[in-house]
Amino acid sequence: MQLEYFQLIDRIVDLDLAARTIRTEARVPLTSTIFEGHFPGHPLMPGVLLIECMAQTAGWLVIAATQFARMPFLAAVKEAKLRAFVAPGQLLTASAELVHDGSGYAMTKASIAADGKGVCNAEITFKVMEFPNDEFRDRMRDWAKRLQFPFEARADG
Amino acid sequence: MSSTFDTVADIIAETCDIPRDNIKPDSHAINDLGIDSLDFLDIAFAIDKAFAIKLPLERWTQEVNDGTATTEQYFVLKNLCARIDDLVAARGTVTP
Repeated sequence: MQLEYFQLIDRIVDLDLAARTIRTEARVPLTSTIFEGHFPGHPLMPGVLLIECMAQTAGWLVIAATQFARMPFLAAVKEAKLRAFVAPGQLLTASAELVHDGSGYAMTKASIAADGKGVCNAEITFKVMEFPNDEFRDRMRDWAKRLQFPFEARADG
Repeated sequence: MSSTFDTVADIIAETCDIPRDNIKPDSHAINDLGIDSLDFLDIAFAIDKAFAIKLPLERWTQEVNDGTATTEQYFVLKNLCARIDDLVAARGTVTP
């Protein structure tokens, strides 16, 4: 993770367009100014950032489903449950499923596990739109490359 | 009224916590029932699932924004139900 750049995942481990699922990996940094406030003397990964980690995981799946033609924007988070504390240095595995690919929106379910145990889960809705400009799309493609996004992935396998 | 309306009205009542009796065929989803665009995504999702269709929300929104359609054409419930029926009928005639 690079919290200061709002990058909440480190790499895409698996992306299966046929099954409409994705798995990502992210290691919580050992130090961050965020932990100085959350909390002083008891650093914990903020729950809202765990939700963002799930949203980014699901978001990359939605981008893949559009063949990188459209951008998902977070629209709603429902039934978010934060089940366990996450400490600095922990390795997280995030998973997401594309439940419904609607017209201009996407419904997903996402979860995070650490050491094989469930940490959090949520239902996440995205508005899905065309990239507002080519620069944004190109920069997202650059980010995707750093995350090992499988550009060759196709729904027909 | 058709069963399509009953299904849609039940979806709206449950999704948006609106009294079922307040939902009529002539109700405008936005102007009368106060459903905003974000809530309508939940409704569209439930409708898409219930009828195995994909409401073309983006096209409808673009047509309204372009002035080639009115919100009444798509968001008055009796009209929405007619669109749903058309989509269901078209689904049945699509050749693989």
